[in-house]
Amino acid sequence: MGAPPDISAAAAFMERRHRWRPAEALPWLAAVAAFFLFPDYTAFGTQVLIMILFALSLDLIMGYAGIVTLGHAAYFGAGAYAAGMLSAHLGWGEPLTGLMIAGLTAAAVGFVSGVVLLRYHGLTLLMLTLATAIMLQELANVQEEITGGFDGLLGISIDPIFGLFENDLWGRTYYWYALIVLFALFLIARRIVYSPFGQSLSGIRENVGRMHAIGSPVHRRLVTVYTISAGMAGIAGGLFAQSNAFVTLDVLSFARSGAVLIMLILGGTGRLYGAFVGATVYMVLEDELAKLSPEFWEFGIGLLLVLTVLFARRGLLGLIEDLGARFGKAKP
Amino acid sequence: MDQLFNVAVSILFDGLAYAMILFIISVGLSVTMGLMGFVNLAHGAFAMAGGYATVSVMNGLGVPFPLALVIAFFLVGAVSVLFERVLYARLYKATELDQVMLSIGLVFMAIAAFTFFYGPAPLTFQAPDYLKGQIDLGFREFPTYRVFMICVGLAMIAALWFGFERTSLGAQIRAAVDNRRMAQSLGIDVDRLFTLTFALGSGLAALGGGLAIEIVGMSPGFAIQYLVFFLIVVAVGGLGSIRGAFVAALVLGIIDNAGKYLWPEGGAFFIYAVTIALLLIKPAGLFGRQA
Amino acid sequence: MTAPLLEVRGLTKSFGALDVARGIDFRLGTGDRHALIGPNGAGKTTFVNLITGVLRPSAGQVLLQGEDVTALDQAARTRRGIVRTFQINQLFAGLTVLENVYMAVAERRGAANDLWRPAGAHREVTGEALDLLEKLRLQDDALKPVHELPYGRQRLVEIAIALGSRPKILLLDEPAAGVPSAESHIILDMIEDLSDEIAVLIIEHDMDVVFRFARQITVLVSGAVLTGGAPEDVAADPRVRDVYLGEARHG
Repeated sequence: MGAPPDISAAAAFMERRHRWRPAEALPWLAAVAAFFLFPDYTAFGTQVLIMILFALSLDLIMGYAGIVTLGHAAYFGAGAYAAGMLSAHLGWGEPLTGLMIAGLTAAAVGFVSGVVLLRYHGLTLLMLTLATAIMLQELANVQEEITGGFDGLLGISIDPIFGLFENDLWGRTYYWYALIVLFALFLIARRIVYSPFGQSLSGIRENVGRMHAIGSPVHRRLVTVYTISAGMAGIAGGLFAQSNAFVTLDVLSFARSGAVLIMLILGGTGRLYGAFVGATVYMVLEDELAKLSPEFWEFGIGLLLVLTVLFARRGLLGLIEDLGARFGKAKP
Repeated sequence: MDQLFNVAVSILFDGLAYAMILFIISVGLSVTMGLMGFVNLAHGAFAMAGGYATVSVMNGLGVPFPLALVIAFFLVGAVSVLFERVLYARLYKATELDQVMLSIGLVFMAIAAFTFFYGPAPLTFQAPDYLKGQIDLGFREFPTYRVFMICVGLAMIAALWFGFERTSLGAQIRAAVDNRRMAQSLGIDVDRLFTLTFALGSGLAALGGGLAIEIVGMSPGFAIQYLVFFLIVVAVGGLGSIRGAFVAALVLGIIDNAGKYLWPEGGAFFIYAVTIALLLIKPAGLFGRQA
Repeated sequence: MTAPLLEVRGLTKSFGALDVARGIDFRLGTGDRHALIGPNGAGKTTFVNLITGVLRPSAGQVLLQGEDVTALDQAARTRRGIVRTFQINQLFAGLTVLENVYMAVAERRGAANDLWRPAGAHREVTGEALDLLEKLRLQDDALKPVHELPYGRQRLVEIAIALGSRPKILLLDEPAAGVPSAESHIILDMIEDLSDEIAVLIIEHDMDVVFRFARQITVLVSGAVLTGGAPEDVAADPRVRDVYLGEARHG
């Protein structure tokens, strides 16, 4: 005698939930195809991959745990400066350890700020995250001797990856480097999201009061995911510093915090792949429209945001899903 | 000793003048956020629009500066009603994130539109002659324009205080900030109230923008460049509190000026550190209702 | 003598000049079926909030099996077995019914600390959640988003989540509130079927429910215990009648 069919169906659903779906291969195939289709754009593509990673780190805390922040650049910047200064001041040019240190530094900053900030909510939290990031930016500005201040951090020189793959003029090596780092971190993010821990993050997003009532250590969970997210953002920042061999105060700016937030909203939150769609659409549009005129781009992204909020609150991926559902139903 | 006194007076005086701009622009944001809980990042865009409106009517129509300020107040206030009814009203019940996204989208569009029509360069602005130079206040001289700004600021504070504390409209707004549902059940038309408050707040922002040109300059980027300061004033002062906005503007204005005099490189760092410390201790702001 | 399961001593809570709980003494033993009644604004929900740690008392103690838990927060008390449901549903609206209950079971079993293995791989958690759903006859809705359920069934999910925390003490805040009477019997039957190992404190307005279910009753008025005892004694107490009739007179 087995369980009744509906029970086993539910159990089977839970066991299948985290399995890979065929469509999940698409973004990776597209990334590989883009390398061969647009050989002149690999350096640009690397920057897109970096922003995808950054947006993915934001999705972990915002899309899953529901933490809204206006200061996520704090961790991107911490990673970028850590990786940059490692090479510029200590002469440490080995890229992989550089990335690791970038991630650990940002995670440490994320842990400390998270322990303090995540006790707050709503507008207060928005303002605290915003002020923290700008404060770090001002700090970097003041500490000119070590950060290069307003002029930026120069003298970054990165060794060949594994001592073998030197970066070339078109940044081909770094494209693969960034893609592999993104894929590795994506695997980690994906595991976290489908784990019971990830499930509890959704619980915090949906109803934090009930999470307290079922005995969940909410603050500890939030600090944990915030630290992981900060570490990922830091690795994105580290990649940014290594691939550009240059770091400016801009990595910590409000504009960058805002841009990553916009990318994620545009693509769709709480679905991992929203970061891919959002960052790519945003950066390609920026590149294309800004060629016409910067105002064109600024107006365009503003309009896109307004339209997204009004008509596609679940982002572009959500919109595609809704359209797909409608289309699917229309079929006999 | 004398010099020390002079520096102290300068810091306080310039800080006060700066605080007036911050207050005039931020107070509307504070009241609308307190009233409807709407996180309106486009508030700075209304201030920027006010700056451009002021200069445009002065140059185009030859209107004197004080009258241009009044026109900017009404013009931007009226235009803001359009935005409130068509866009903002749809999102009163949405999440903070949606509100942030919508209003930041509007900021981008505003900056792009103003850059397109007026160019990215700062506005050239000529204050009228009677506001130029120095004015002797007995013990020392002060820049006339800043004295004028402080006077306008004080007049606004007096008018707002009177309007809020002594008129029935003010009483209705206070009641609605305090408890919206209660106010509604008392028959107050909260929707209409909000439109009115929104228009008033945007108008004040425009006035502040017009006043700010001489002090901090005015370019399309103003909409976002100073936004963080306005938000800090609102958050530190406490949502919906006029007194809070004033005290926070004062603290911020004076600290910012003191920082620029005493520690030119690191002054801004200090502001954010103070803001964070204040919010950690009083999450709802100095005069906000604690949750 | 062993300590009672739950003991509350001199529990007091004031908001400024307003006393919402005034020196409440209260005991609950294993297997008890206890009802807390009182007019609106008597402080019944406040009392639940004080026991579960949502609110900190101004004075007094809460003891669980003789251990002082007054300083513990809500989550820590839940982990020790003091579990509640809410007067107004507190569900994870965007998630499925199964995920709602999974959440509570995963927290209790410590599985929720696992960042690496997939949720579905924790079969013991899924299994226990499904057992609970089956017990409450919710198994057919397991994969539906909880917000799509009719209110009465959402009320059952509310209780299922609490049971997922495996309570020693279960505090039910008006469990049948807002449920049409045609459906409320499902909830009441379910409460009657609860294991004798659980002590139940129910807050209820409906006197039929109270007298059907409770073996002891405590009457709370203006934040203080007016009287308590067996249902028939309480029903016969003229002061209780006064309170309720008085409330009726004032509307």
